[in-house]
Amino acid sequence: MSKDIRIKKGLNIPLKGEADKVIGNSERSDTFMVKPIDFKNFTPKLLVKEGAEVLAGTPLFYSKDYPEVKVSSPVSGEVVEVVRGAKRKILGIKILGDKETRYAALGTADAATMSREDVKTKLLESGLWAFIRRRPYATVARPSDNPKAIFITGFDSAPLAADVDFVLNGKEKEFQAGLEVLKQLTDGTVHLNLHRTLSTSNVVKSAKGVQVNWFSGPHPSGNVGVQIHHLDPLNKGEVVFTVTAQDVALIGNAFLTGKYDATRVVAVAGSSVSNPKYSRTLQGSSVASIAKDVNGGNNRYISGNVLTGTNVSADGYLGFYDKEVTVIPEGDHAKFFITEGWASPGFGKFSMSHSYFSWLMSGKKYALDTNTNGEKRALVVTGEYESVFPMDIYPQHLLKAIMISDIELMENLGIYEVDDEDFALCEYVCTSKTPAQQIVRDGLKLIEQECG
Amino acid sequence: MKFLHTAFQNMKAPFEKGGKFEKYNKVLTAIDALETFAFTPEEVTHSGSHIRDGIDLKRTMSVVITAMLPCLLFGMYNAGYQHYRELGELATASFMDMFSIGLVKVLPLVVVSYAVGLGIEFGFAMYKGHSVEEGYLVTGMLIPLIVPVDIPLWMLAVAVAFAVVFGKEVFGGTGMNVLNVALTARAFLFFAYPTFMSGDKVWIHGAMENDAISGATLLGDLAAMKGGLEHLRFTVQDMFLGFIPGSVGETSTLAVLIGAAILLFTGIASWRIMLSAVVGASAMGLIFNAFGANGLMQFPWYEHLLVGGFAFGVVFMATDPVTAAQTNTGKLIYGFLIGFMAIMIRVFNPAYPEGIMLAILFMNVMAPLIDHYVVEANIKRRLKRLNVKAA
Repeated sequence: MSKDIRIKKGLNIPLKGEADKVIGNSERSDTFMVKPIDFKNFTPKLLVKEGAEVLAGTPLFYSKDYPEVKVSSPVSGEVVEVVRGAKRKILGIKILGDKETRYAALGTADAATMSREDVKTKLLESGLWAFIRRRPYATVARPSDNPKAIFITGFDSAPLAADVDFVLNGKEKEFQAGLEVLKQLTDGTVHLNLHRTLSTSNVVKSAKGVQVNWFSGPHPSGNVGVQIHHLDPLNKGEVVFTVTAQDVALIGNAFLTGKYDATRVVAVAGSSVSNPKYSRTLQGSSVASIAKDVNGGNNRYISGNVLTGTNVSADGYLGFYDKEVTVIPEGDHAKFFITEGWASPGFGKFSMSHSYFSWLMSGKKYALDTNTNGEKRALVVTGEYESVFPMDIYPQHLLKAIMISDIELMENLGIYEVDDEDFALCEYVCTSKTPAQQIVRDGLKLIEQECG
Repeated sequence: MKFLHTAFQNMKAPFEKGGKFEKYNKVLTAIDALETFAFTPEEVTHSGSHIRDGIDLKRTMSVVITAMLPCLLFGMYNAGYQHYRELGELATASFMDMFSIGLVKVLPLVVVSYAVGLGIEFGFAMYKGHSVEEGYLVTGMLIPLIVPVDIPLWMLAVAVAFAVVFGKEVFGGTGMNVLNVALTARAFLFFAYPTFMSGDKVWIHGAMENDAISGATLLGDLAAMKGGLEHLRFTVQDMFLGFIPGSVGETSTLAVLIGAAILLFTGIASWRIMLSAVVGASAMGLIFNAFGANGLMQFPWYEHLLVGGFAFGVVFMATDPVTAAQTNTGKLIYGFLIGFMAIMIRVFNPAYPEGIMLAILFMNVMAPLIDHYVVEANIKRRLKRLNVKAA
C-alpha cells in the first residue's frame, strides 16, 4: 500500500557550499558534549558527576518527567565538566574522550524474536530510546506511548542537508535490523518515506516489512510533519513515533553488535567551508574537529541545517540529532540601502518573491549570510506562509492563536500536527521577520503543560 | 558609506543613556527611522532560521510605489491634457504645456500627503516608543492619486491627518487597521467637502473657475443620462488609455495594468483578489446588460472595467493585504464581492456613480468575517476526520 505524494508548496533555497560525496579525513575530537537542550521540553536529571568514568553507552542523564528515558554517552572517557547556564540549567555534559572507544556491553539481541516489552526495556536501558521522537510536540517518545504508526524519514530536503543515501551506504544490515526493532513498537504501520529523485540507494529501497512511500517536490517534503499530515494525519489524543533513517541504522547496529556505536557520517557544508565534504565522526564531537577548512573569521557555525539548526559557534559541539555542520558568514554589518540594502538591485539576495533582480538568474547558488535583511514589523503581508506550507492548516492563523495563548483555537487549527521545523520556511520567507519557530515552540510547550 | 553610518551613530549618541540629552531619548525613534532607511541594520538572526529572505517591508512598499509611478506620470500629463482639451486648445498645447500643469498641480499633492502623513507617523512612533513602520509610504502615494486635481492642499492635509489618526493609529498602527487608509482619506473628503469631491465641476483643472470647461466624468455623464449611450464623449480607446476626466491617477487603465503587471510579477499583490474582482465586476456588468433599462445598465460590461477608479481600486487598494481577506479562499470571495458590488453601486446610486471606493470599504469590514468562515470550514474538516475515525 505504498503511497505516492506530490508536494507542490515549498521552496528549495539554492545555497552555495553543498558537500561533495566524499568522506574527508577528520581528526578525532578530544572532548565531546551531550546537550540536554537538544531535546525539546525536556528537564534533565544527572546520573554522573564530574570526574566519573563513562563508557560509550553509559547513561548520562534521564528525564525528570519520564525517568526511564535516559541519554547515553557516545564515547568512553572522563566527565570533565557539567556546563551550566542561568539558574543552573544544564547546558551540556563534557566528556574527555579516550583514544580508543570502550563500549558498555549491551548484549546482542534479535528484535524479531523479542516481545514488545523486552525491546522497549532494551532501548530504554541503553539510551537508544532517545532517538525515537514522538508527535505531537516532537519530544522524545514516552515509554507509555502506544503509537498508531511510526514514520521514518529516508531523505532530507533541507538546504545543504546530508544526503541520506550516501550516509547509509553499506549499512543495509544495520538499517534492516533497526526496522525490525521499530516494527516491534507499534501495532500500526511503519512508514519509510523516500523521495522520487533524492532516494536512489538500495539500502533504503530494499527495506523489507515496512510501507515505503514516495514523495516528490521541494522542501519541506522531507519534514516528518508534512509526511505524517499526508499519510496518516494526527488527531487530538493520537501519538506517532518518528525516527530518521541514520538513527534507525544506529539502533539496528546496537542490536546486532551489542555496542552503542555513535559513529556517524556528517555533511560539512556552507559557503564558508572551502572544501565541503562529508566527515566520519562521533555524535557530540566538537565542531572544530569536523569543520576545519573554513574561510574568513566571522562565521556562524550551525549544528544542523540553516533553517532549523543550532548556533553553536566555533567552539561548540554537534547536536544529538544533527547530521550536518553548516558554516555561513555572519551578516553583522550595516548594509547601505542602495548598494546592498532594500533599494539595491539585489543580485546576491535570494527571495521567494521576484522583488529583487536575482530572479533573472535561475540556477544561481547564493552565499547567504545571517543578516535579517530588515527589521521586525507587524504582520502585513499575507499569503507568503501559505505558499511554503504544504499542509491543510492555516499557518498565520495558528501563529496568531499561539500568540494570544488560545489553547482551544490552537487545537482546532492543528497545533498537534506541527513542530517548529515545519514553520522554518515560513520564518525564512516572512517579510515582517516574525520569529515563527520560537512562537510554535512556545505554543507546543504550553499545550504539553496544559493538555499533557 | 562608512562616514554616513558614523554620522548616524554620532547623531544618536547624545540621546542615548548617559548622553547630554538623555531625557529626550524619544528622538532616537526618529533618528532610527532615518538610519534604518539608509542602512539595513547589522541585526543578525538569533533564534530559528539562520538565513532570511532578502525581502523586507521597505522593499515591498517601494515595489508598490514603483508600480504606481506610471499612474502618477500619466495623471500629471492627463491633468493638462483634459484642461486644454476642454478649452479647445489641444492643437496648440505642447506636451510640456500639458505635463507642466499636471506637475505643478500634482506634485504639491504628493508633497503635502507625505509631509503630513509621515509627520504624524513619526509623532506617534516617538510618543508610543515603537519604530516607524513603512505602511504610510504606499498610502502617501495612493492618496494624491485618488483625489481631484484641483483639491485645495489644506483639505488634503486635513484628510490625511484624519485618515492616519482615525483610520490607522487608533487601531495600533501599521498592520492593525481595519479600513484601507487611503480610502478612509477619500471617504472623509467625500463626506466633509462634497462640493470639492463630486459633481461635474471638479474633475478637470480649471473647471471650477472657468465656465467654458465642463468637467463631468464619464460615469457622471452616464448617471445623468436617461437615454442610451449615443451621447458619450469618449471612445473605448480613450477610456483604456485614460484620456478622460477623473481623479489624478485613476483614469488610465493601461497605466494601472502596467502597475498590476509589476505587482503580480514580483508576487507582492494577490492575483486571487485582482482576478476575482474582475470576474465579479464582469458578472454584475453582464447581468445589467441583460436588463439594459437605462444608460448605465446598457453600458457594456467590459467598458465598466475601464472607466472610473475600478481598475485602480482593484489593483492598488483591494489588494492591500492588511485590510483584505487573509486566507486564499477568502481572497477569492472578497475580490469577487468587491467587483460585483462596485458595479452595482455604480448603477444603483445616482448620487455617486463611483462604486469601487464604497465596495472596498464595505468589504474591508466584511473581510474578517469571510476569513472566519473559511477558517471554521478548516476546523470542521479536521473534526470530521476525527468523527470518521471514531465511527
